[in-house]
Amino acid sequence: MVEAIRDAMDVMMERDENVVVFGEDVGYFGGVFRCTQGLQAKFGKTRCFDTPINESGIVGAAVGMAAYGLRPCVEIQFADYVYPGYDQIVSEAARLRYRSNADFTCPLVVRMPTGGGISGGQTHSQSPEALFTHVSGLKTVVPSNPYDAKGLLIAAIEDPDPVIFMEPKRLYNGPFDGYPGKPAVPWSKHELGEVPDGYYSVPLGKAAIRREGAALTVLAYGTMVYVALAAAAETGVDAEIIDLRTLLPLDLETIEASVRKTGRCAIVHEATLTSGFGAELCALVQETCFYHLEAPIKRVAGWDTPYPHAQEWDYFPGPARAGRAFLETVEA
Amino acid sequence: MADYAPLKLHVPEPAVRPGDIPDFSNVKIPHAGSVERPPVDADPVSIRGLAFSIIRVLNREGEAVGPWAGLLGDGELLEGLRNMMTLRAFDARMVMAQRQGKTSFYVQHMGEEAVSCAFSKTLLPGDMNFPTYRQAGLLIAAGYPLTDMMCQIYSNERDPLKGRQLPIMYSSRKSGFFSISGNLATQYIQAVGWAMASAIKNDTRIAAGWIGDGSTAESDFHAALVFASTYKAPVVLNIVNNQWAISTFQGIARGGSGTFAARGLGFSIPALRVDGNDYLAVYAVAKWAVERAHRNLGPTLIEYVTYRVGAHSTADDPAAYRPKTESDAWPLGDPVIRLKNHLIKKGAWSEARHAQAEAEILDTVLAAQKEAESHGTLHAGGQPSVRDMFEGVYAVMPPHLRRQRQQAGY
Repeated sequence: MVEAIRDAMDVMMERDENVVVFGEDVGYFGGVFRCTQGLQAKFGKTRCFDTPINESGIVGAAVGMAAYGLRPCVEIQFADYVYPGYDQIVSEAARLRYRSNADFTCPLVVRMPTGGGISGGQTHSQSPEALFTHVSGLKTVVPSNPYDAKGLLIAAIEDPDPVIFMEPKRLYNGPFDGYPGKPAVPWSKHELGEVPDGYYSVPLGKAAIRREGAALTVLAYGTMVYVALAAAAETGVDAEIIDLRTLLPLDLETIEASVRKTGRCAIVHEATLTSGFGAELCALVQETCFYHLEAPIKRVAGWDTPYPHAQEWDYFPGPARAGRAFLETVEA
Repeated sequence: MADYAPLKLHVPEPAVRPGDIPDFSNVKIPHAGSVERPPVDADPVSIRGLAFSIIRVLNREGEAVGPWAGLLGDGELLEGLRNMMTLRAFDARMVMAQRQGKTSFYVQHMGEEAVSCAFSKTLLPGDMNFPTYRQAGLLIAAGYPLTDMMCQIYSNERDPLKGRQLPIMYSSRKSGFFSISGNLATQYIQAVGWAMASAIKNDTRIAAGWIGDGSTAESDFHAALVFASTYKAPVVLNIVNNQWAISTFQGIARGGSGTFAARGLGFSIPALRVDGNDYLAVYAVAKWAVERAHRNLGPTLIEYVTYRVGAHSTADDPAAYRPKTESDAWPLGDPVIRLKNHLIKKGAWSEARHAQAEAEILDTVLAAQKEAESHGTLHAGGQPSVRDMFEGVYAVMPPHLRRQRQQAGY
């Protein structure tokens, strides 16, 4: 997935001279996860460069550049570090079009590795997507595989508005179903690991059905897509697993059609439960599908604690927790 | 047990409070004309002294003196005077309009008119300001229509911002005026980013960032300085030190540092302090900084030493926290009177012509106001459409907003 993300930036930097890439360690070194490796050598250091360690500076400068007419695609080294830049995202990038009546706009992508499962403790594991979906004017994207990552990132860079692009870091090197002890599967062994050369895009705001099923609709994104697939296989629940891909704008149509068919719904995310994006999904499903529901909607999520270090796998909502919720929902 | 006395926290206080006699004896004012004018490519280290002095051109007799004088002809000075007078008249009418309930909020410039009016004249078409809410002189001096400003203030049917933004948070790309946020200091680093973009594209345009003394304490101020310093961005970073951040005196943001300008020195950014009530000095110093930016010599930090004569905004009463007569004691005088006296001294102006100009300007402002009010005020007459509330959040309205707009009945 790292190569797919790099490829998306490479393709767009090639196609559009206004695309610039910067952040901490992204220039000469190519980023701590190597997502920008080679871009500086190829496009020069005024189009791909290192910045001071200052997230409000990175996003704030990018807002100014976007207002000028560039298309910055910046990296925040970990989603856990985005908070100093949050004011620039929320008060500035998200509202510039609206408050200036499109006199100035902000075509900006803020990329950030998100999620846990890498022994990162509380400062390298968070999933703060709900802090962005709550903000008017932002789009929030979470890819779950290399094909989507490239196509969605290209769409994000081309989008005329600011896009938060959250990369589940546990998926960088292969699909991960929540079993840390199992041998890692590389993307080369996965059908969605195949990434076409050159330009293509995956539209923002469209979900994908990863497994068709009749008994239960599962809403998931990022790493949790694979956890949900594993849980369905283990429990034998005939789940329809929807990979949301874009959280905002949300593909409510696909969700609604599926829940009307199955009559049951479970939501899985890695972020903490309370006021998480699952709460919004739960409310929307209730509002749109209440008379089709045969059981209460279940949420499986991270516990409402900071992300722990030693207890990572007790915190991480893996297939066991997801599977229990699936069974409870279909048996209710 | 350690052998130390208990620690005590230091909380700075202004020298005087309401009821006290105003005292500016701590503001050291050098003689006009006494501060050197280095070449624009001077080594920042060699001009550190400029961050601790005050560059002044107009002396007490109304003469323009010293190495920073002589840049502006009578025509330009008269235009500057007219712009400052227009801003002052505009402010007076809009403060009154707010009291009459025609709008919710207003911010005036009394005492600070020279800063934005003179700075505006140093830029070239295409250069971009990233202003705060107290630089409307940039728009007026750039010839932006007064009526459009008022329509924004009234949030009426002709408001260029469709009623979405708080009064006075103008936006005009055409006039080199970036959309005002209302959040503090955020625009400072954006100005640096805009300037970096211009340099990335090998363009010739430059940016100017604006901030107040209080907001220099924000992290974004420091982000701006480090980015500007690192990438040698073609940007002029302006600090308007008007002594007060609402009720908080400048010593709270400045801390132990000698001056706000001195903040630039650690970043090796040339830093200058200038008499912000001296139109000629503001112009000369800003021109010097703008020239540096255009010649790709990098950023400049300028501190304009001035005084906020009026309230912070229409929601503020300064009598609660500073002596009522403090503005009379401000040692740098009034920018309009000083420029007027200079022009009279030169024989280019007179009391009679000044009175006549005042009347003409008032007529112009009143005519603009009448026109603006014919399109409505905040609670009466033509209003922006409620439909507009839902437009423009994104380039293309996403489904959830479309549903909400329908739900709202539009």
